[in-house]
Amino acid sequence: MYRYDEFDHRFVSERVAQFRDQAARRLSGELTEDEFKPLRLMNGLYLQLHAYMLRVAIPYGTLSGKQMRKLADVADKYDRGYGHFTTRQNIQYNWIKLEETADLLQELSEVEMHAIQTSGNCIRNVTTDHWAGAAADELADPRPVAELLRQWSTLHPEFSFLPRKFKIAVTGAPNDRAAVKVHDIGLRMHQNDAGERGWEVIVGGGLGRTPLIGYTVREFLPETQLLSYLEAIMRVYNLHGRRDNKYKARIKILVHELGEENFRAEVEAEFARQKELDVEVESRELERISNYFAEPAFETLPRLSTGYEAARAGDPAFAQWVRSNIAAHRKDGYAIVNISLKPEGGIPGDATSEQMRTVADLAERFSVEEIRVSHHQNLVLPHVKLDDLHEVWKVLAANGLASANIGKAGDIIACPGLDYCTLATARSIPIAQTISRRFADLNRQHEIGPLRINISGCINACGHHHVAHIGILGLEKKGVEYYQITLGGSSATDASIGTILGPGFSGDKVPDAIETIVNTYLNLRQGGDDSFLDVVRRLGHQPFKEALYAPA
Amino acid sequence: MPLLKDNDFIDDTWQRLDDGAAIPATGDILVSLARLLADFGKLSNRDGRLGVEFPNEERPGVLESFLPDLSLIALTFPKFADGRAYSQARQLRQLGYDGELRAIGDVLPDQLSFMLETGFDAFEVTERFPEEAWEQAASSISLTYQSAAYQPRRLHVWRLRWARDEGV
Ligand code: SF4
Repeated sequence: MYRYDEFDHRFVSERVAQFRDQAARRLSGELTEDEFKPLRLMNGLYLQLHAYMLRVAIPYGTLSGKQMRKLADVADKYDRGYGHFTTRQNIQYNWIKLEETADLLQELSEVEMHAIQTSGNCIRNVTTDHWAGAAADELADPRPVAELLRQWSTLHPEFSFLPRKFKIAVTGAPNDRAAVKVHDIGLRMHQNDAGERGWEVIVGGGLGRTPLIGYTVREFLPETQLLSYLEAIMRVYNLHGRRDNKYKARIKILVHELGEENFRAEVEAEFARQKELDVEVESRELERISNYFAEPAFETLPRLSTGYEAARAGDPAFAQWVRSNIAAHRKDGYAIVNISLKPEGGIPGDATSEQMRTVADLAERFSVEEIRVSHHQNLVLPHVKLDDLHEVWKVLAANGLASANIGKAGDIIACPGLDYCTLATARSIPIAQTISRRFADLNRQHEIGPLRINISGCINACGHHHVAHIGILGLEKKGVEYYQITLGGSSATDASIGTILGPGFSGDKVPDAIETIVNTYLNLRQGGDDSFLDVVRRLGHQPFKEALYAPA
Repeated sequence: MPLLKDNDFIDDTWQRLDDGAAIPATGDILVSLARLLADFGKLSNRDGRLGVEFPNEERPGVLESFLPDLSLIALTFPKFADGRAYSQARQLRQLGYDGELRAIGDVLPDQLSFMLETGFDAFEVTERFPEEAWEQAASSISLTYQSAAYQPRRLHVWRLRWARDEGV
């Protein structure tokens, strides 16, 4: 894992001191709320319906046991004993006081964490594959580059007042778990015939009001040119992105309005003018960072563990959890453990401080101290020995963390919605809770197979409903909430945007509608390997429409 | 409005010339881009320096051939949250312009260090904030992760590391 050196420490401390001063000037009235707003936003502090919300950055979703324990302490001391893991691999606290925020940030800085650029019209926390460094299918760990991007984008003098927020995702694996095609910039690692690493640069994807799949502006960019090229893209966007309408201000609209070819020509022309970036300094820094991400000292283990096999055979609940929550590790004898934060009827992504401490302990005992946050609002222990899996599972189960539903109907992504968010048009958490209860039977979830249900509480689409197999969008008409359903989205390698099925439903009808859709799928599928998404792609919306809107 | 330059408030000796106004024989004058393009011959052949107020939407490239004759370019921040001028400043410095680059419009202490880093060296500011506020704002963060465009004030973390690791 990356560790701060004296310079990173000094930078973050100075930043906290600066924020302390800004908050004091706001509290004394020297700064107007209008002037303070972008400053607090650049430190992750939002004003929500009931209180301030603080979003803390978890760079590329990686954290240590010690950091997780600090997040738990912060939850107890400054919030109400819990935190909310987000779809951007961050954590949010919903009940924060402005007067206490600088102290909170100070505490975070002690464990090398901050809230810089978790909001505002700047480059946000860079996200990546939550299995990075562990996945069996990976070319190389993308996190050194993600850390390089974190540093480069931090308080970037030129790109801190962009037309709109800017999100970058990075993946080092052919199977895309970082949703690189639906980010402002997505980077996918490739290797050429000479064995050199380079990056495919994808631009202009995004969700929100105008969901679009990004397009490849460069097929293979040599790694040494990465920052210069990104600066060129950012500059074109900063100069020419729309500022007259915030709903048209994302880079995807600029790409769309200019056209892909013109946009590429602008970027290449700007790139050709970039002379001053110091490539040598940059590659030295990348090398320095890479050392922190050297592979942990894994033991040489047999591929099979007899203890683990025996536990699986003897304990059906454990065996079921293994089937859904364990992924292949690149090293023999190890596994990736996915911890579901989606218990039956729970709030997706919420964890109590006690649960955070449990996960921190497990990371320290069984996963070389490492934890990941996934953009599905779950947690990951990336490096667990097969021999230890049963023990890990028992501890998780005792703490309400062993739901065997990763990637299944119960693993619902939901934004905060009307319960917290000022922009919401409808509730999303309660809808997630009722659907989760409806599909409580784990055997049934496993029978249904891979299914991604995502819910957003308004058109801004923070719940990523467009890229869900079944997407649910909460809207409001004449004071009444209703929900629109989309089918066929995906954020994986073959990304697609879901399309609307038909007229919306009131909240209490949504679980029935989902159930009808799922039953229709079960009737249509040709065997257990024929997934929900496969069937929707093959047969289209028609059979689902017929089932859902048939006259009673 | 006071002018902040090199950590000091100084008098602004530049005169803004309206587009229709006659060109004075002497003195430093600041004109619009339209006037510059229309009257460059006359404007550049007089006793006094020449400056241009450059619009937010224009591409700095249009100034390239004028740069040797310009001593001041004023870039505007219509609102502090409109960051286009940062990129314009950077492009002008890249083109080799080394005269005064002045930030005008909604210029606040909290953005001062970003402006310095992208190549601004003069600031038209309101009297709302005391001199110390500007000084403090420019120095509250001493490090940067970016290679600075022009006359860096903050220390570049990656270069510091390099020096440390080389034992320099
Ligand atoms: S989708 Fe809408 S309601 Fe949900 S968090 Fe985003 S802005 Fe708020």
